[in-house]
Amino acid sequence: MAFVKFIVDGKECMSEEGKQLVEAAKENNIYIPTLCNYPGIPPKGSCRICTVLISGRPATACTTKVTEGMDIQSAVPELESFRKSVVEILFAEGNHFCPSCEKSGNCELQALGYKYTMMVPDFPYMFPKREVEAWHPKLLKDHNRCILCKRCIRGIHNNDGKTLFAYGKRGDKLLINIDPETSKDISDELAQQAMDMCPVGAIIRKEKGFAVPIGRRKYDKMPIGSDVEE
Amino acid sequence: MAKKIIATASLSGCFGCHMSFLDIDAKILDLIELVEFNKSPIDDIKKFTKQCDIGLIEGGCCNDENVHNLLDFRKNCKVLVSVGECAIMGGLPALRNMVPLQECLEEAYLNGPTVRDCNENKIIPNDPELPKILNKVYPCHEIVKIDYFLPGCPPTAELIWNALVTLATGAELKLPYESVRFD
Amino acid sequence: MGETVHAIIRNYNGDPTRLMDILIDIQSQLGYLSEWTIEQIAKSLDIPKIDVEQTVSFYHFFTKEPRGKYTVYLNNSVVTGFYKVDEIVKTFEKEAGCSFGRVSPDGLIGLFSTACIGMSDQEPAAIINEQVFTRLTPDKVKTLIAGMKDGKTIEQLKGSSYGDGQNANPLMKATVKNHIRKKGEVIFSGDYTAGDALRKIKSAKMSSNDVIDIVKKSSVRGRGGAGFPTGMKWEVARKAQGEPKYIFCNADEGEPGTFKDRVILTEEPKLVFEGMTIAGYAVGARYGILYLRNEYMYMKKYLVSILQDMERDNLLGTAIGGKNGFNFDIRIQFGGGAYVCGEESALIESAEGKRGEPRDRPPFPVEKGYLQKPTVVNNVETLCTVVKIITKGHEWYNTIGTRESRGTKVLSISGDCEEPGIYEIPWGFSVNDILKMTGARDVQAVQVGGPSGSCIAANEFGRTLAYEDLATGGSLIIIGKNRDLLKDVVLNFAEFFREESCGSCVPCRALTGMSKLVMEKIVSGKATVSDIDRLVSWAPIMKKNRCGLGQTALNPILTTIKNFRHLYDEKVKGNSEIINPAFNLAAATADYEAAVKN
Repeated sequence: MAFVKFIVDGKECMSEEGKQLVEAAKENNIYIPTLCNYPGIPPKGSCRICTVLISGRPATACTTKVTEGMDIQSAVPELESFRKSVVEILFAEGNHFCPSCEKSGNCELQALGYKYTMMVPDFPYMFPKREVEAWHPKLLKDHNRCILCKRCIRGIHNNDGKTLFAYGKRGDKLLINIDPETSKDISDELAQQAMDMCPVGAIIRKEKGFAVPIGRRKYDKMPIGSDVEE
Repeated sequence: MAKKIIATASLSGCFGCHMSFLDIDAKILDLIELVEFNKSPIDDIKKFTKQCDIGLIEGGCCNDENVHNLLDFRKNCKVLVSVGECAIMGGLPALRNMVPLQECLEEAYLNGPTVRDCNENKIIPNDPELPKILNKVYPCHEIVKIDYFLPGCPPTAELIWNALVTLATGAELKLPYESVRFD
Repeated sequence: MGETVHAIIRNYNGDPTRLMDILIDIQSQLGYLSEWTIEQIAKSLDIPKIDVEQTVSFYHFFTKEPRGKYTVYLNNSVVTGFYKVDEIVKTFEKEAGCSFGRVSPDGLIGLFSTACIGMSDQEPAAIINEQVFTRLTPDKVKTLIAGMKDGKTIEQLKGSSYGDGQNANPLMKATVKNHIRKKGEVIFSGDYTAGDALRKIKSAKMSSNDVIDIVKKSSVRGRGGAGFPTGMKWEVARKAQGEPKYIFCNADEGEPGTFKDRVILTEEPKLVFEGMTIAGYAVGARYGILYLRNEYMYMKKYLVSILQDMERDNLLGTAIGGKNGFNFDIRIQFGGGAYVCGEESALIESAEGKRGEPRDRPPFPVEKGYLQKPTVVNNVETLCTVVKIITKGHEWYNTIGTRESRGTKVLSISGDCEEPGIYEIPWGFSVNDILKMTGARDVQAVQVGGPSGSCIAANEFGRTLAYEDLATGGSLIIIGKNRDLLKDVVLNFAEFFREESCGSCVPCRALTGMSKLVMEKIVSGKATVSDIDRLVSWAPIMKKNRCGLGQTALNPILTTIKNFRHLYDEKVKGNSEIINPAFNLAAATADYEAAVKN
């Protein structure tokens, strides 16, 4: 296996050649924020929050493979301000009311809001009219909270290898649908996996909730990415 | 140093932010050294008696009375702060923003299971004394300029305290990780 | 009905990558794609139903509900607005008995609006059942609707007065006009005979490397707007691993104000197809695909017959020109109505039967493109140019144009001028030259390169069209002084981008809609200086979108803020930053007043 040296924000790093930049940075204790990326499933580069500068040019770290001598800027003011904007845009684009959300405290979008000390989104609230789908026996799909990251589409498949989720429509009407047929007999484990994979509270497993009280959840005490950083 | 004059209001909120304010506990003794209260539910002063330095707004605007109140605060306070999720993004009351007002009112007064059998004349309350409901719940900064925002439902007492100290003394704002919460 | 669906699916061997064709054919026969139809397709192709639905719901022209026996798609692009389109809309609605976005109660007529249909030189125009109707007037609309009520066929509705040139071809019978105002030395030189370049390759014994070499020496660059050197693209694809390789011709010209590909494909289709064949020879590709926008469906029969002619003449197919081993077939892939599919990787996704979402790069299409095979995507004009370069030599080509921009450019010119239409001119002309040529007077602004380009004011009319100065994919919309630039032009473009964003990248999906909201505020005089500043601050955010559409989607707003700042300043003058001028208490309580009144 070939190893390569690369630089992130001036720090010399080392990793396997061709490794996803997000993961390669992580190995070197550097946290590059992500939202649509999820370890082990094909990257899509749609939230853009992991955008870094490679030799001055913007590229998403989730879709970039690390090569020898790559010179990367990540935690620079221009990009940190961009990342904060992405978080704020998502909060203003959907209907994100944290106090009533089962995912609060475990939500990656919220955690990034904390990381960037978002006090208010500096973007106009859209208050879009969106549905809550509760017909599925095991899953609740709350479109108000969905950030359309495609994790569930890319990562959740039934026993036949078929997708349970797919996009519908386009642009600001984009949404993620559940297939009644392919999702019919899913196991509790798969339902749980779908909920856990969702970065926000858009996919909620039915019948079980608030097992861990708010205030004692993952990001309540510890900033996102702090487990990566030295 | 002259004491800063402070005013507070709860618009379309639950008073939870005011409760959280009181959670500063014994620091309230320090606070009265720093600030003087004017119009506020805390001292029950109903009308502005002088120009204030800081206005704390809890709640968003769901009716015309809220709007008038907010405009009054904007006029009488040098600095306005949105306190809590409702002031910042409409909060719980804004859950109705996805439903047309007509439907909301009909559900609340005509068709809801607890009213449909007792509202014989099928009246949606319309006494001129009642505040007029807005078409949606507005975050405060969609109506007037808001200078600062303190998120949370409610914001932690620590955040409110730290922000007030900064506004009153000019000291650098302390924002420990756990003090900024959205829930 | 079931038989129709299954026969069409069998036509495409039940291949899910041909989903676009399956949907287009079924809708063309049955009028719409019902739940039942979608279920049948999903079962036959063995894919989840939501996978079929995600493609169906992505494209503007696919519908799950009936859209009437006659379906009208009236163009709503900027230039249409210059021709009293409101009256046309009113007449349609009055005569048909339904509003836009709906179908008449008897199910006869459906009225819908659509983005630029490539007829900006003959607006107002509409597509009715795949046929184009141009230069609409209220009287014409009345006659059309009366004809529909009389049960006339679409052919009868068109009448018998067809457009010039091949528009009148019996296989097309289009009322569309070419409006070729200026013929240049490359595309419309009139000296082309089908097979010219292929014969040259044979007689001069040119290898594929020789072809690439000449194309490189000619320094021809992509005509779609990005200007990537064509020879270099071909060379990379040639060296890329994977078989078979593909040549795509991108004829999805969706940039509002652009219609050059329509005219080239009407008058010189063989030049286009031969260009694809030459590219196939150079790259070592076996198949060519012309990706044609759905709006140009009226050309289908005509273009298919041209392909058959060329195959008959041994200009396509196997052992082309008697050269053993040189095999190349071309098929036409129609789109479904989505501007973003003009982006090459979105175009490839669409041709694979999927939503037109741009791909992440790398890998580039030349390495992994259509069906993950090396794929070259070239613009219509680029491919035509190559045929001429092979035929006449790169030395000839290099005498035309400027130092960095060789050759000619076919411009689509529309808007406020006397002679809108097609102008093929060498690179290096100034905007002023062009305005003079087209008979434009009292010009306020020129939209160069469509909404994703820039809107320039008179102080820049001295600039020249060239890659080194004002690069353009080829459209110029001339905007007269009588127009309300912000309302009539910028707001229309803002709505266009909101509608056409694929939605994948967060900044593009959200900020196209948000910027339109702010723009409406500005136009209505309810915005403040900080609203303008906010729009400007969104520029670097948009630059981080994945594709060119997303990166340029705020250009209509940003370039007018830069070049026409005074218009914005007038709109916000005197507005308070303390009390939001956009909030109106009377308007906000109107719903309540209405509710309690009843």
